[in-house]
Amino acid sequence: MDITTKTRLEKRAREMRRHILRMIAAAGSGHPGGSLSAADIMATLYFHVMRVDPQRPNWPLRDRFVLSKGHAAPVLYAALAECGFFPVEELTSLREFGSYLQGHPDYKQTAGVDASTGSLGQGLSIAVGMALAARLDAKDYRVFALLGDGELQEGQIWEAAMSAAHYRLGHLVALVDCNGLQIDGEVERVMSIAPLKEKWQAFGWYCLEVDGHAVDQIAHAIDEASTVRPTVILARTIKGRGVPFMEGRAEWHGKAPSSDQLQDALAALNKEDEDV
Amino acid sequence: MSDKVATRAAYGKTLVALGREDERIVVLDADLSGSTTTAEFAREFPQRFFNMGIAEANMMGVAAGLAASGKIPFASTFAIFATGRAFEQVRQSIAYPAFPVKIAATHAGVSVGADGASHQSIEDVALMRVIPGMTVICPCDAVETAGAVIAAARHDGPVYLRLGRHPVPVVMPKNHVFTLGRAERLRQGSDVVLLASGLMVSVCLEAADLLAQQGMSAEVINVSTIKPLDKAAILDAAKRCRAVVTAEEHSVIGGLGSAVAALLAQKCPTPLEMVGIQDRFGQSGDVPPLLEEYGLTPGAVVAAAERVIQGRCMN
Repeated sequence: MDITTKTRLEKRAREMRRHILRMIAAAGSGHPGGSLSAADIMATLYFHVMRVDPQRPNWPLRDRFVLSKGHAAPVLYAALAECGFFPVEELTSLREFGSYLQGHPDYKQTAGVDASTGSLGQGLSIAVGMALAARLDAKDYRVFALLGDGELQEGQIWEAAMSAAHYRLGHLVALVDCNGLQIDGEVERVMSIAPLKEKWQAFGWYCLEVDGHAVDQIAHAIDEASTVRPTVILARTIKGRGVPFMEGRAEWHGKAPSSDQLQDALAALNKEDEDV
Repeated sequence: MSDKVATRAAYGKTLVALGREDERIVVLDADLSGSTTTAEFAREFPQRFFNMGIAEANMMGVAAGLAASGKIPFASTFAIFATGRAFEQVRQSIAYPAFPVKIAATHAGVSVGADGASHQSIEDVALMRVIPGMTVICPCDAVETAGAVIAAARHDGPVYLRLGRHPVPVVMPKNHVFTLGRAERLRQGSDVVLLASGLMVSVCLEAADLLAQQGMSAEVINVSTIKPLDKAAILDAAKRCRAVVTAEEHSVIGGLGSAVAALLAQKCPTPLEMVGIQDRFGQSGDVPPLLEEYGLTPGAVVAAAERVIQGRCMN
């Protein structure tokens, strides 16, 4: 990846982080930790990798994206708004009565949202169905799914993993936002999921590991994805990334910042901008 | 009422016919394709058939993904696994986004027979009825099943199709045209109306004959679409007959009887008896003794009709 692209994506990710913080603060509730950890992954997908057209949200040849960790809806909404699927100004209506920006992604209400998620463990199955349809129709779109590491505790994920490998879905890429934390604390303390790479490989997937905050590594891994079997990218991330007082703290899984905390958080992100 | 055919058999045949007409039809099964009869579709359209293995939750999600991409998926397994095991996948991944997935589940009710309680679903209608936007159909015979499968495919939304393992009499005329949401009057009467679904429709027709011998005129209505309920037809019959019996091969909690009771209580309070499984699990056995044990016989319907008519007279 050239330096210009890298700089552009990092800038976009910071802008998305600001959106995330502002919309969750405005809503008074939401999930900042797992939204912030996924911002670089989402910026890379929506502004470098995926074939989408905000003017045609239902374009049959678009790449599909399923946010299996649906509580990170703010990062998806931030990406879609930045893309132009809907106005950026609408983001602060998150979770409001009557808003099309529901607390968790709603396929029926929000342009650019390809699946209704929020109940963990279900998104990868939907992505498998989309990938099977692409093959049936001989269309060349790809299907991406973003999972949480805690979410891998759901049995359905492994049912879906088995089926994706069985049907050799070479146009399916799953990314795991491995931030190491879930609501009750460290993933490995709540319910151990290690060793992840070996698990995915044993299920027949091509498995890559990257720094989930390095946009060039994420993009490179997607380039390297297998075309004959499903690929999973284990993206090591920091929960709450970009906001020093949220980083690595499970308590910020599902809590809105106060207005003072919002200002501190935005200041930290602005400083990152200036440091570039 | 001569030849008997299982509704599941009509399902498999109709799927093949649908598959020939419409390329969007795809079928998923969870290692029960021989029993659900989707194997017939698999033989003719191997590319459009997906065996998902013994993993019902994933099957429902995959069906949702196929529907999101323009397909009309039929997802089949036994009723208890489709609605119980995978309930929340049906709710979240299929019904909430209103995807046109058709959950065609066989082996509903105690007429599964020897497999026993683990495989006899008596809760599935209740589970599917409660989901917003879900259409629930329980056809009474092979003829109606064929029509219901086609209607389900054409309906733009999720559908639950409840099918049986055991051969049942064909009661609908061969040329019957199934209309989603319409209850069909099979016999006119004036003393009591028997509202039935599934295999209880033929049982109620027999019961109506027995009641006629005792000088009671029973109307029989096939309520194969349990949701949305044909309110007008049911209210009209209740007003005319002033006594209602519901009959279903399902728990009396949450099924056809509950739906009718709620309607009547709100719109036209009418004496009501509910024939169905009385808050019990099933068990192993041949079908006739099971139907006897759980009160799913013409005799049980006659007794219920007598009770409800008597109750009306006392009021």
